[in-house]
Amino acid sequence: MSAPLLETRDLVIRFGGVIAADHVSLTIEKGRNLAIIGPNGAGKTTFLNICSGWLKPSNGKVYFEGEDITPQPPRRIVSRGVARAFQIPQLFTEHTALENMLIAASARDRLRNPLQNMHDIAARDEMMHLLTMMNCSDVADRVVVELSEGQRKLVDIAVALALKPRLLLMDEPTSGVASSQKHEIMDILIRALAEADVTSVFVEHDMSIVQNYADEVAVWNAGNVQLRGTPAEVLEHPDVIRDVIGEELA
Amino acid sequence: MATLSTNASTSGRTRLPTILWVVGVILLALVPVLAPNLQLLINFALAKGLAVVGVTVLLRAGQVSFGHALFFGLAAYIGAFITAGLPGIDFFVLLVAGVLGAVVAGLLVGLFVVRYRGIFFGMLNLAFSMIFWSILEKFYHVTGGADGIRLTRPSVLGMSLDRGDFEMFLYYVSIVLMVGLGWFTIRWFASPIGQLFQTIKTNETRLEYLGISPQRALLSGYLLSAGLCGAGGVLMASAQGVVTPEYVWWVRSAEMVFIAVLGGAGSVRGAFMGALIYEFVRTYASAYAGDVWQMILGAFLLVIILFAPGGLIGLFEAIGGRRGKKEDRA
Repeated sequence: MSAPLLETRDLVIRFGGVIAADHVSLTIEKGRNLAIIGPNGAGKTTFLNICSGWLKPSNGKVYFEGEDITPQPPRRIVSRGVARAFQIPQLFTEHTALENMLIAASARDRLRNPLQNMHDIAARDEMMHLLTMMNCSDVADRVVVELSEGQRKLVDIAVALALKPRLLLMDEPTSGVASSQKHEIMDILIRALAEADVTSVFVEHDMSIVQNYADEVAVWNAGNVQLRGTPAEVLEHPDVIRDVIGEELA
Repeated sequence: MATLSTNASTSGRTRLPTILWVVGVILLALVPVLAPNLQLLINFALAKGLAVVGVTVLLRAGQVSFGHALFFGLAAYIGAFITAGLPGIDFFVLLVAGVLGAVVAGLLVGLFVVRYRGIFFGMLNLAFSMIFWSILEKFYHVTGGADGIRLTRPSVLGMSLDRGDFEMFLYYVSIVLMVGLGWFTIRWFASPIGQLFQTIKTNETRLEYLGISPQRALLSGYLLSAGLCGAGGVLMASAQGVVTPEYVWWVRSAEMVFIAVLGGAGSVRGAFMGALIYEFVRTYASAYAGDVWQMILGAFLLVIILFAPGGLIGLFEAIGGRRGKKEDRA
């Protein structure tokens, strides 16, 4: 039996007196879209930060495709096929959306010709296609600071996809986006993930998004996985209704 | 600071028509014929301009070095030591050795300083340059101390030139290096590696999450900047015929930053334009205004910062009246 795409074993991390990861063991199989839900401060983002190498656990291991990636810095983990999109989009603000994509493609392809103009790289069409797929082709030539929050979110995810990852970790991909656009963005995103054969883990607070777009849901509470199952199983669980959905509605 | 907000969104073009730059280079090339008394002054400015381009490279990544005279002076001293040991050696050997020496020093210093940003980066560079300055001052039996070392005139492709011919040769080499290295730097800015380097200014987190080490990205530009300073140092030493610890003195480093801001921070063409105007203002202000020439220079910079935050290059572009979409001030 092949190893799961991502596996964490017994992760522990503390911030002062707060336990943000309390012996977290979790596996993520290839081809699934796993949503992580839970109250604020439950350790959801911390889990993404550990898996992507930004934080190092005081105990436990993270395996990607069976290989221990725990001690590696983010850039090494990215090179192995784990990309990250952020709650606050992390883009190069003085560059255009397309240039952000071209820079990502340059990093991916390790282009080192100092005399080649970045705008002329072979991946340009591929990057435009990705932006088009993410519904951002009309803002391709606009500088990032001129984009709306929703557009930045999409470009941030497109930049992550430009790396051709096998696993994409996303922190609240629809936060800051107008309610009317959330489902449209998720439609685009899930289609893009399927097209690129990318497994995803995303933190989400909007239960309608979770219900419609996740294959599985993991409920975080006090630094650990409280419950895991299909959206139908999890979202109707009394504990989840009481601890998570109640809070979201409040 | 408005002058440092260079738009890295690049196409590698400038907003001034290329023909104006070509005319500028031709005018420079005609100086030995039209105004020979300005030749040496402009030669100094071009040598300094190359070093300022080195500082400009780092400004593109949002970093200011207050110690890049280290590479300028180191290359100059390498040239001096070689001519002292091997009189009559070819000028191009000096140039290559000086640049290589500066790049190797850039690697050694860079491996340490690229871990830091902002004021720490600037001050650490200053510290390294002042350590080298102390060595030059204290080991006088090797370095000549404050008196420095005189350079014997090198040969050129096997020919031994008299002073006038050598100065003429050096002048045109400076122009060729200005055009060649300036063009290379502009291309480098627009290249994938140059673009990765420039993202240090806006988002290192994303850079790390693209699989790139920000330290290595910064080091790539640091090596280029050290090499450019090295080329400037060899030219300056050859033009002046003497090297002293003043080449490495912190004021020299600050002067490079001053000129980079004056010319238009982040602009290669601005660096040369700034160096030329700086040398003219400095020379004539010191000739006609005695002890207050620094004040005149300071006031000049203040005027530029307040009324032309894009530096001289921005001012010239405004005069050129060319508007349109934002393009790179390369």
